[in-house]
Amino acid sequence: MIGRIRCIAFNTFREAVRDRVLYNLIVFALLLIGSSLVLGQISIGIEKIVLVNLGLTAISIFGVVIAIFIGIGLVSKEIDKKTLYTVLARPVKRWEFIVGKFAGLIGTLSVNAGLMALGFFAALLFEQHKFEQTDVYLLAALYFILLEFVIVTAVAVLFSSFSTPLFSTIFSFALFAVGTFGDDLRGFAATTHGLTKFALTAAAYLVPNLSTFNVISLVAHDQPVMGRLIALNTLYAVCYSTLVVTGAVLIFERRNLK
Amino acid sequence: MHRGRITVVALLLLAAGMAGSVWASRELDSMHDQIALQEVLYLPSAKTVKAISLGYDGLMADIYWTRVVQYYGRKHHADSLTYKLLPPLLDITTTLDPHLDIAFQFGAFFLSQKPPQGAGNPDAGIALVKKGIANNPTHWRLYYDLGFIYWMEKKDFKSAAQTFATGAHVPGAMPWMWTIAGAMAQGGDEMEMARTLWTEILKETKDPTIRSNALDRLASINSDEAVLQLQKRVDDYQERFGRKPNSMRELVDARLLPGIPLDPAGNPYGIDPFGEVVLKDPAKVPFATKGLGHGVEATPLYYNKFAVEDKRKKEREQKATAATARPTDRKQ
Repeated sequence: MIGRIRCIAFNTFREAVRDRVLYNLIVFALLLIGSSLVLGQISIGIEKIVLVNLGLTAISIFGVVIAIFIGIGLVSKEIDKKTLYTVLARPVKRWEFIVGKFAGLIGTLSVNAGLMALGFFAALLFEQHKFEQTDVYLLAALYFILLEFVIVTAVAVLFSSFSTPLFSTIFSFALFAVGTFGDDLRGFAATTHGLTKFALTAAAYLVPNLSTFNVISLVAHDQPVMGRLIALNTLYAVCYSTLVVTGAVLIFERRNLK
Repeated sequence: MHRGRITVVALLLLAAGMAGSVWASRELDSMHDQIALQEVLYLPSAKTVKAISLGYDGLMADIYWTRVVQYYGRKHHADSLTYKLLPPLLDITTTLDPHLDIAFQFGAFFLSQKPPQGAGNPDAGIALVKKGIANNPTHWRLYYDLGFIYWMEKKDFKSAAQTFATGAHVPGAMPWMWTIAGAMAQGGDEMEMARTLWTEILKETKDPTIRSNALDRLASINSDEAVLQLQKRVDDYQERFGRKPNSMRELVDARLLPGIPLDPAGNPYGIDPFGEVVLKDPAKVPFATKGLGHGVEATPLYYNKFAVEDKRKKEREQKATAATARPTDRKQ
C-alpha cells in the first residue's frame, strides 16, 4: 500500500517538475525576492523588514498559486488523458490514488519552497552580510507557509475530485481568500446569536483557518514564534488536511468514471 | 464489503479530522489573544500606507476602519485598560480617507471615553476631530462631536460653547446647536457669552418654542448672576459678623442690600441653613443652575427640577436606610 502511494506520489512529482510554468513562477518569485533588496534601499531603516515581508509573501503567494493550479488538475487531467484508467486498472485503489497525488504535490511544493527559501536566505545574507540569531524565526515562518500549502493543496485536490478545472480554481481561490480572514469570521460569529451564530460558527470552522499561519509580520520584526503555536498549527494542518483529503477520497470513491 | 470498510474508515477520519481541527482552532484562538498582547503596528506611518495603497486609498481606508472597529471591539470586550494602537490606526484611516466622517466621529468617541469604555485620551480625540473639521469644514456634525468631548471629557465649558457656536454657523447645522452652545456657556459660568448667544437666538428665530426657551434661558442667566452676587454679600456678612446670615432680611438690616431681591419668577431669594442663596421655587426658573440648594448640581442642558428631584429622592432613601438600620443597632 505504502509502495503504491509512494509510486503515485513520485510520478506526480516528476510530472510537476517537468512543467515549464512551474519554473517561470519560481523564477518570478526569486526576482521578486531580489527586487526587495532594491525596495529596501529606497527606504530608511526597514531594509530587512521589506526583504522579509516581500520575500516570504512572494514564497507564500507563488506557492499557493502553484498548489492551486497543479492541484486542480491532479484528477481531471488524468481523466482527460485517460491515464487514470490505466492506473486504476492496476492493483491501485482509488483512495491510494488520491493520497498519492496529494503527497506528490506536497513534495513538489516543498522542493519549490525550498528553492525559493534558498533565494530568500541568499538575499538576506547579501543584505545583512551575516545571519543573526533571530533569523531562526524565519524558519518557523517558512514552516507555517509549508503548512499553508498542505491545506491549500488538500482543498484543491478535494475540488479536483468532483469539479472541472475552471470551477476548482475559482472555488480554491475563494476558499483561500475566505480562509485568510478566518479570525474575523470567527470574531463575527461570536458577536451573533441564535441560529445565525450556530451557522456562522459552523462555517467558520469548516473553512480553513489560514490566518493562523501568517506570522510574516511578526518575524519581520524579529519577534519569536512560540513553540505552542508551532505545535498547534502543525496539529491543525494535519487534522484539517486529513478531513479534506478524506472528503476527497469519499467523493472519488463514489464517482462514476465511465 | 471492501468499499464499506473504506467508507467506515473515511468517516472515522472525517470525524477525527473535524474534531481535531476544531479543537486546534479553538486553542489557536485563545493563543491569538496572547499574540495580540504584543501590540505592534507594522506600518505605523500613515503616509507609507497611503503610498503602498497604489491609489486605492479609499479601499485601504475602509479596511483600516474595519481594523479600528475590530481592535476597539476586541479590547472593549476584554475590558482592556489600554488601547495602544487606537490613535495610530485612526490616524492612518483618516489620512487615507480624510472625508470618512464616521472614522472621525466614532474614532474620537473611542479615544476620549475613560477606560474600559475607551482609550481615556480626550486630547487625542480632540486632535482627531479637529483634523476632521480641517478636512471637512462644512460638516457641522463634527463641531458637535468636538464640543461634546470638550464638555463631557474635558469639562471645558468655554471651549465647548465656542465650538457649538462655531458649528451652529455652518450652513445646514441643526438649530439646537445654538441651544447647546448657550447652555454650555451658562454651565461654564460664562454668563456674558451665554447671554450673547441666547440674545442672538432670540433675534434670529421666529419659532415660538425656541423663543420661549431662549427667554427662559436669559431669565435663568440673570438669576444665576444674581445668586452669585448675593452669595458675595452673604460672604461679606460672615466676614463682618463671624456667622452666616439666616435670612435676606439680615443682609438688608446690615445695609449690604437695599431690599430683598426677587428672582425672575417674582419670588424672593432665600438663604438655606448652609448659608447658601437659594431660589424659592427652582422649577419657575427652569434653567437656573445656581441657587438650587445645598448639594444640588444641575446640568445646563436639562430642567433643573430633575436635579432637585434627584436630590430629594436620595435624601428620602438615606432616611429610610437610617430608619431600618436603627432597630438592628438597638438589638446589638
